[in-house]
Amino acid sequence: MTAHARRRRRVDRVMFTLASLATALTLGVLLFLLGYLAWQGASSVSLTFFTRLPAPVGESGGGMANALVGSFKLIALAALAGVPVGFLGGVYLAEYGGGSVGWLVRYAADVLNGVPSIVVGITVYALVVVPMGHFSTLAGGIALGLMTIPVTLRTTEEFLRLVPTSLRDGALALGAPRWVTIVRVAIPAGLRGIAAGILLSLARVAGETAPLLFTSFSNRYWSPGVGQPTASLPVMIFTYAISPYDEWHRQAWAAALVLLAVVLGSNLLARAALGRGRPA
Amino acid sequence: MLLGVAGVMAAGALAARAATLVNGAGATFPYPIYSKWFDEFHKRSPEAQINYQSIGSGGGIRQILEGTVDFGASDGPMTDEQLAQAKIPLLHLPTVLGAVVPVYNVAGAGTLHFTPEALAGIYLGTITRWNDPAIASTNPETKLPDAAIVPVHRSDGSGTTYIFVDYLSKVSPEWARRVGRGTSVNWPVGLGGKGNEGVAGLVKQTPDAIGYVELIYALQTKQPYGDVRNRAGHFVAASLASVTAAADAAAANMPADFRVSITDPDGRDAYPIASFTWLLIPTRIADQDKGRILRQFLDWMLGEGQSFSSGLGYAPLPASVIALERKAVERIQVGSS
Amino acid sequence: MEQAGAALPPPGGRIRPALAFRPAPVPPLAARPLEPLLVRSGGRRWRIGDPVFRGLAAGFGLSVVGITLVIALVLFRKSAAARATFGWAFLWTSVWDPVFLRFGALPLVYGTLATSAIGLALAVPFGLGAAICLAELLPQRVADPLTFLIELLVAVPSVVYGLVGIFVLVPAMRALTTPIAATFGWIPLLAGPTYGVGMLTAGVILAVMIVPFIVAVSREVLLAVPQSQRDAALALGATRWETVRQVVLPYARSGIAGSVVLALARALGETMAVTMVIGNRPEIAASLFAPAYTMAAVLANEFTEATSNLYLSALIEVGLVLFGITLVVNALARLLIPPEVGRA
Repeated sequence: MTAHARRRRRVDRVMFTLASLATALTLGVLLFLLGYLAWQGASSVSLTFFTRLPAPVGESGGGMANALVGSFKLIALAALAGVPVGFLGGVYLAEYGGGSVGWLVRYAADVLNGVPSIVVGITVYALVVVPMGHFSTLAGGIALGLMTIPVTLRTTEEFLRLVPTSLRDGALALGAPRWVTIVRVAIPAGLRGIAAGILLSLARVAGETAPLLFTSFSNRYWSPGVGQPTASLPVMIFTYAISPYDEWHRQAWAAALVLLAVVLGSNLLARAALGRGRPA
Repeated sequence: MLLGVAGVMAAGALAARAATLVNGAGATFPYPIYSKWFDEFHKRSPEAQINYQSIGSGGGIRQILEGTVDFGASDGPMTDEQLAQAKIPLLHLPTVLGAVVPVYNVAGAGTLHFTPEALAGIYLGTITRWNDPAIASTNPETKLPDAAIVPVHRSDGSGTTYIFVDYLSKVSPEWARRVGRGTSVNWPVGLGGKGNEGVAGLVKQTPDAIGYVELIYALQTKQPYGDVRNRAGHFVAASLASVTAAADAAAANMPADFRVSITDPDGRDAYPIASFTWLLIPTRIADQDKGRILRQFLDWMLGEGQSFSSGLGYAPLPASVIALERKAVERIQVGSS
Repeated sequence: MEQAGAALPPPGGRIRPALAFRPAPVPPLAARPLEPLLVRSGGRRWRIGDPVFRGLAAGFGLSVVGITLVIALVLFRKSAAARATFGWAFLWTSVWDPVFLRFGALPLVYGTLATSAIGLALAVPFGLGAAICLAELLPQRVADPLTFLIELLVAVPSVVYGLVGIFVLVPAMRALTTPIAATFGWIPLLAGPTYGVGMLTAGVILAVMIVPFIVAVSREVLLAVPQSQRDAALALGATRWETVRQVVLPYARSGIAGSVVLALARALGETMAVTMVIGNRPEIAASLFAPAYTMAAVLANEFTEATSNLYLSALIEVGLVLFGITLVVNALARLLIPPEVGRA
């Protein structure tokens, strides 16, 4: 082998070693994050954490029960607010969506996806909180719902597109109207992927803090219904993390661990359900 | 686990149904004592749930003006223009006295003594190193390092900032001209931390840093804080006694709306950077339950509540001020009549 | 709905027989388009189904456009006072004074763009390198779960990054940058003082947050390059790396560029993690180690407490500027990524 060829082989090896290092480093960061959270937070994840309300500044024995319930309610509201819009919008794009209207909807969805979460929070503050006269779980749910729309829309569209045309043609050939074809054939065929995409988008907004600061505020106590401010995991993590109290720091780590576990768990669930399919 | 969450939620809803939620927002300065008070009051009246979030004095003022909370809290009194914006006239009710102290992170330093000129210079950016004569001359017993000072201030709007810059404006004409006073100012130098907590945390973590926080935060984080020379020429450390001394002069001439600044006071033992902190209460509260709870809380706060203050490092109100406040509380109208 | 007649096996055997009425008679004119025919022939109760459903779906689709327009409108209207007072100079003035009510967003725009640029500069080499490794080097069986793991980083909430940032990254950065500033401080870019918080730290945290996007999308794009291209190069005697560099990457160039633009869009709007590690100082400084401020961070810090109307209006104008930048960046992404490629 000539020297030239040997050098090319060397370059080949070097570059791929670098590429592998890059991969290892990226994975390393994730593992470090998980490990660090587990190390810091695991000791504080106790029954107290899940069942007690926050304790006043400087006292120990508090928990984040209301934040857990609050986050749960917020995500439920976000699903109610955002999923129908994203889902039906995605159906429109997949089934009827060529042309300029489709292009406009896609561009708007991209822009909405790129709108910083804090700007969404400010908008919902101006449109919901101020007219209502107070902060509320509802406002927080609406803000999060707006943020789930783009991902839901794109996932629905992509998975409906993956359904083979032959399936639709068969139904149409049997005399079904277009909408029955969509509702009874195409959607059920793509449902697994669509559901996974919805789950992913909800999991993503579960960790958002900024929009909640101006909409659902926070709450020291239980928040009945949806008309009152509510505590939520991300906001509590933020408040506790920047405090000087060690007890609160420990709770922040525990909350972060729980939040991460929920989000990662839903991700895993979604991917398992998807199998080979690719969500947005 | 889902069942468990549902069960807890139901229980919470059940317990909460009998209770009334009153929302307040504002100063981080008195957050420790407020959270203690609201908790203690809740123990005495379980149906009263007073939810207070410390988002900064500026936030308290904004949200009470917009009406999104039931009461506000601020360490800096509202300006006339701000008060004019209120739909329902607001009452400033002093609750406790507190002190803003300079915390620092200087290796090997014990208690540092600061002159007003030194503090102003540090935050104006004219004094940049720890061993500058302006600081060293008043600290002969400490070997100050030749290191750059890292000033830390609040990044969010804050009454603690207001108290501090109010003081700096009084003692430094250059500060008054260049920067002025407000809950948020255009800081010539320094890093921004969010909340008293953020500033305390940044100072604790950053070598050669100096910051200003409420006394209780310095005590909680066990950070060293310096004493400050007052107008009478004595270096006074923040303590219940020195803060009360600062308030005594003001108590004699308390204006009717309780908006008074007690920074840089006369008095041999007065601490120079002290202040009242106020609750901002609407004079007319439409909701019967909320109004009743607020009035009961205020009465309790002016009485038994004051006994909790010193335990957390806040000076209780002078008796004469309490008497004036009780009269003001009676003026609060509850219900739509 | 009644079950379909069991006498007729469904064509292909795979479609669920979910239809419930008698098939229409064969249309007399085969040239007629199928859809309106079905609407007409399917019996009265199906006639309005199609337009109604289409209208419903279209309505929801357009509501997305509507929502985006509403956001733009709210931002535009509520920033009116600031726009009137400061005009276009808002974008190139360098002051943030809430007391004397002078506002110029230049340091904020600079901070946003600079931290995002640093984030991209760090993320693209790593992301692309990892994507190449996962697409070209490793076998599918190994690469798939690893890609999945990397994509999990997307799911980590921003506030968690901020938390780890405060407690781990900031002290680490301070330990790392202090000796660098001591030796190389004469270069303005690397001048001290070093606090641990600052523009570089924010850039690093952003890089960690956007690398998964780049990895995921770039990998998809690389996998979409036809194997024939690679085979041709290999047949000509190229090494694997030469194949990648000279054949695969150019082919995938626009898709990769699109993924970078998408990552940029996320970096620009990132709030919580950044505000916890950037130092929150509205000032343009030459050094990487200096504290800075971004548009999203100033909104998070000051929005709830802006007491005067002009102050509030100025903050909303900052939000408007951020929204505008988002519009531009997304338009770029639309142009660069071919529509067929799946996006993260």
